[in-house]
Amino acid sequence: MLIIGYGNLDRGDDAAGVLAALSLRNRGVPAISHSGDGLVLLDLWEAADVVVIDAVLGIEPGSVRVFDGGEIEAAAETFPSTHDFGLREAVGLGRALHRMPRRLTIYGIGGRQFDRGAAPSMEVLAAVDRLVEEISAKFLLAPDSACAVQTFRS
Amino acid sequence: MSGAKTIRVDYMARVEGEASLLVKVKGGAVQDVKLKIFEPPRLFEALLRGRHYSEAPDITARICGICPVAYQMTSVHAIENALGVTIHPQVRLLRRLFYTGEWLESHALHIYMLHAPDFLGCHNVMEVAQKHPEVVAEALRLKKLGNRIVSTIGGREVHPVSVCVGGFYKVPTRADLLALREELKWALDVAAEKVRFVAGFEYPDFDQPYEFVALSHPDEYPFNEGRLVSNRGLDIEASEYEEHFVEKHVKHTHALHSQIRARGSYLTGPLARFNLNHEKLPAVAKQAAEAAGLRAPCLNPFRSLVVRAVEMVFAIEEALRVIDVYEPPPAPHLDLPRRGGAGFAITEAPRGINYNYYRFDDKGLIEIARIVPPTSQNQKQIEEDLAAFVPGLLELPQAELTHKCEQAVRNYDPCISCATHFLTVKVENVKEDAC
Repeated sequence: MLIIGYGNLDRGDDAAGVLAALSLRNRGVPAISHSGDGLVLLDLWEAADVVVIDAVLGIEPGSVRVFDGGEIEAAAETFPSTHDFGLREAVGLGRALHRMPRRLTIYGIGGRQFDRGAAPSMEVLAAVDRLVEEISAKFLLAPDSACAVQTFRS
Repeated sequence: MSGAKTIRVDYMARVEGEASLLVKVKGGAVQDVKLKIFEPPRLFEALLRGRHYSEAPDITARICGICPVAYQMTSVHAIENALGVTIHPQVRLLRRLFYTGEWLESHALHIYMLHAPDFLGCHNVMEVAQKHPEVVAEALRLKKLGNRIVSTIGGREVHPVSVCVGGFYKVPTRADLLALREELKWALDVAAEKVRFVAGFEYPDFDQPYEFVALSHPDEYPFNEGRLVSNRGLDIEASEYEEHFVEKHVKHTHALHSQIRARGSYLTGPLARFNLNHEKLPAVAKQAAEAAGLRAPCLNPFRSLVVRAVEMVFAIEEALRVIDVYEPPPAPHLDLPRRGGAGFAITEAPRGINYNYYRFDDKGLIEIARIVPPTSQNQKQIEEDLAAFVPGLLELPQAELTHKCEQAVRNYDPCISCATHFLTVKVENVKEDAC
């Protein structure tokens, strides 16, 4: 299983995914951070089971929801990207070009603000901690399995 | 519908950075065009002051996520010019290879992901991928190859870390570069074939009497060395740039407008490079241009897309040439003299020339840094293009007219983030007196 934390440390709550990956690594759970070009995700997720953690708009700030690829393509405004090509575009291209992982689980962390240079919101930092706790527990129980799809709120 | 109307794009898409577009028309004549770059000023020139020149390549690389190589390389060239040092020929070759990687990734992104949707009747690259999956798959592979070249030399794909004044902190081995060769050979055939694909798009008739400005080198298609020339007699060294060019603050935009003092707007980028340097393209790129019906002078900015495709062929061929003759230099970088100085450089970023001036004291602390990015240089010309382009389109439905305006702006692949530095457009009819 490959865990990717996606986002931008310098754009407020868009830092959520990258911070989650960092925290997972600190707990001994392999996770990679990716910032910027979403097209690179197509190369990164050539693994069978992929988990992506990203900030999302449209759900309560500080809440966490699990999305599948189809929901992402339909949700034009949900996944903000600080570049032209973000997660939604990667999923769209991945499907058109048959370059999707066998299983893709996306944890969306609700964000409040994505301003340049801003620090992430406190409720987002708390959500990152809770999600890291959950993924770590699952990974350490069954390191080779994908994280179970589950929805929870703060 | 040829009375009064306003074309307004509040957030332009498929450009890098944040900008809006406003075109006001009255009685069939364009009254006003404003490309408003509202991304806040980023103050890089001030940030550099007081820092040692050795920090400049790493700081300037952060100006742009698409063309960091051009920014950091221009800074090191200007600083080396100030120090009066000449780099080892193999380091120079590596720098050319570094540029080929950046041109490949930037042009692949612009042609296929950002601009091709306009010509193929698609809203975005995801729709292009559904109609032409093989084209998008190959474009992604070409872009990835560009990324590989940049990371092989620069240590990582974006904001490379190995560049230093006088050379590189670490240079690749011959084997590192030979590992790129097989993929480059695949890319050469594919890129040449793609020139014909791109040339087959339907282009508006829109020849304009531009002053083209580009670097010119006696033997090479230009990247990072040469005199600055134009089709109207300009022929200067980088050190003379500010005598001939001026940056002006314009109220409606955060980016400065660059102009030729004597004549005003000018065009820099692929179209200018091709028109002024096409004889220096390698045979394989010339053949690809010829087969696609591209001949100099090409005065239609929309066809800069075809030029970019030809430049991809050039970049791949040049990368192969460098790899064939590369031997690691005796030292990765020069020992630099401890002295103050002032120096100038111009290099060709994928979307046009980047001018730098640096002055630093005896301790090497930067006193003045001036950076004139390509989008600042093209911004006035973009507005003039729209003023000339819109009158012929006034009978179009508003949504289509707006889209055509966005397409015309994208001809310049404007990197708005670099120029300060997103472009959005909305069209609405307004009363005569509202103009």
